[in-house]
Amino acid sequence: MSFLEIKNLHVEAEGQKILKGVNLTVNPGEVHAIMGPNGSGKTTLAQVLAGREEYEITEGEILYKGEDLIERAPEERAREGLFLAFQYPVEIPGVSNVYFLKAALNAIRKHRGEDEMDAMDFLTYVREKMKVVKMDESLLNRPVNEGFSGGEKKRNEIFHMAVLDPTMAVLDETDSGLDIDALKIVSDGVNSLRDENRAFMVITHYQRLLNYIVPDFVHVLIDGRVVRSGDKQLALELEDKGYAWLEEHSETSEPVAV
Amino acid sequence: MTPTMTATDHDRYLVDFETHETELAIEPERLRQLRRQAIDRFTVLGFPTIKMEEWRFTNVAPIARTEFNLSPESAGIVLGDLAPYRYADSIQLTVVNGHLVREFSDLRCLPEGVMVCSLAECLANHPDKIDQYLGKYAKFEEHAFVALNTALFRDGVFVYVPKGVVVERPINLVNIARPTGDQPIAMFPRNLFVACESSQVTLVEQFATVGEGPYLTSPVTEVVVEDNAVVDHYKLQRESTDAFHMATFQIHLGRYGNFSSHSISWGGGLVRNDVNAVLDGEGSEATLNGLYMVEGSQLVDNHMRVDHAQPHCDSHELYKGILEGKSRAVFNGRIYVHPGAQKTDAKQTNRNLLVSPDAICNSNPQLEIFADDVKCTHGSTVGQLDDLGVFYLRSRGIGEEAARSLLTYAFAADIVERIKVKPVRQDLEEFLFRRLPKGDIVRQAV
Repeated sequence: MSFLEIKNLHVEAEGQKILKGVNLTVNPGEVHAIMGPNGSGKTTLAQVLAGREEYEITEGEILYKGEDLIERAPEERAREGLFLAFQYPVEIPGVSNVYFLKAALNAIRKHRGEDEMDAMDFLTYVREKMKVVKMDESLLNRPVNEGFSGGEKKRNEIFHMAVLDPTMAVLDETDSGLDIDALKIVSDGVNSLRDENRAFMVITHYQRLLNYIVPDFVHVLIDGRVVRSGDKQLALELEDKGYAWLEEHSETSEPVAV
Repeated sequence: MTPTMTATDHDRYLVDFETHETELAIEPERLRQLRRQAIDRFTVLGFPTIKMEEWRFTNVAPIARTEFNLSPESAGIVLGDLAPYRYADSIQLTVVNGHLVREFSDLRCLPEGVMVCSLAECLANHPDKIDQYLGKYAKFEEHAFVALNTALFRDGVFVYVPKGVVVERPINLVNIARPTGDQPIAMFPRNLFVACESSQVTLVEQFATVGEGPYLTSPVTEVVVEDNAVVDHYKLQRESTDAFHMATFQIHLGRYGNFSSHSISWGGGLVRNDVNAVLDGEGSEATLNGLYMVEGSQLVDNHMRVDHAQPHCDSHELYKGILEGKSRAVFNGRIYVHPGAQKTDAKQTNRNLLVSPDAICNSNPQLEIFADDVKCTHGSTVGQLDDLGVFYLRSRGIGEEAARSLLTYAFAADIVERIKVKPVRQDLEEFLFRRLPKGDIVRQAV
């Protein structure tokens, strides 16, 4: 069964049409890259998948593991294994990064019918996951994202992902603004989690990331539609030619099924 | 100014004053005159009305029309009643209905020369020590409740820390109101804290209720921070919602004096805190922080005034409020920079979080600057929880209610973290965990 089936998805915000019929299917084990110019609807797609209520779905459907996702609350989606790494992670003063993660993980475990993890087990578990993103221990005890640098925030998102162990992860421009070292750390983190029981949707503005996280599929989103899909070669082609050659056809072209 | 009460309303206070005036014949002459001037002033002023600028949003008509018993006894408290308010490793003082209760107060084992005692007793035994300070700072000429307190106070606490002495343990002053059910009572506790040159002391004032019924607490606390002294003060206003609480807190700072206060309000039905700090010595510094969290029909009014009277003084104010239900909050922050107070650095911030659409907040910063080389900033915000923050937490598997509570806690966190006395901080945290929906998850996550 597919993890994610997006069918003819139309989304509006404040009366403006943002997604205009997106079709996309993600199967277990796959990594899909979504590329596109600014304002094409990439972040909207990510936020709609995670359940942001400010967006209105006017048409179409989203199935997650075969079940309708649209009516489900964001926390239910998370507990079912969907994860969104935010483009702009939110700072939460006074709430410790590590204790917050413990509360989040336990909410997910409870939903799965598993026992809550106690403090000792959790710490052992977290230390293991920290290695995945080479997190500094000091970031564990600091308030969530507060005073983190841009790179630390992005790494913290991948760290959250590693701890919460999702089946379907959506990464929204997790690479933007990272220096090459941080980019490698983030990519290594994602690659270490790649397996046949997990899938990724990697939203990016820059082809550079795809040198490190090699996608199975690349989709180009322009003006709310997937105008072209292909393999990693498509990303290289975009690097050469930009988006203009695709934009010309975006009004007429049919979405390409994957 | 127009008196707003009937003659009979005034009379009740005047009669009470005259009844116990004779009992106070032992007091220093200056104080007796002061008390007389205060009651006379009160009969002219009457209770404030919402027509007055300083009371525009805080209607004390319910106080004006209540017939309080002005001489309640300090009886009916057992040690168990105090348990929630006692702090280990502190100097414990207990005031019940405005009178210090010796059996629940820890007046021994103090550092050399430190005085901690009943104000009334000290006035009777060695008045000279008090007479040079008492009533010299808290002005009653334009403030009816300060006038009433000055005229009617029976007791309270006097703390005197001599030159160079550091009091290690915090002084925990628990003001208990013991209302008597149907008959409303009023109390006017009076405190005087004096920290002499280069001394240091930490004071905690708690206001709490044992029992049920309406009452008025109208405390006046004068704090004298002499040259180079350091005073940290905490106030926990945790009374029942039947309480009227009309407090004035008056701070006077000498050269390089350093004063900080954290005023936490979650109790009381109608609460007014007047906090006045006079920076009257070069290089002095005052930090005035506060947090209020109210619900239902509670009203809390924090009225701040900081006087920069000398050059090179700093003041920092950060007040945060969380408003639920149909509650109301008032913040009025006046900074007055006197002529010649050059190099003043004054900062004032008031932030309010409206959890409910029915809550109302009036926030009003006022700067009056009569010096030309100063730095004064102020900021005031009233807003709701950030939707994106709520979504972020939910996207990690945290339920909506818990997400809102976590963000509400996060809003309060910078005040919580500034509290240096551990049991005070724990009391505030416990309150937040209990008050916030899904508080157990917040408790887990902080």
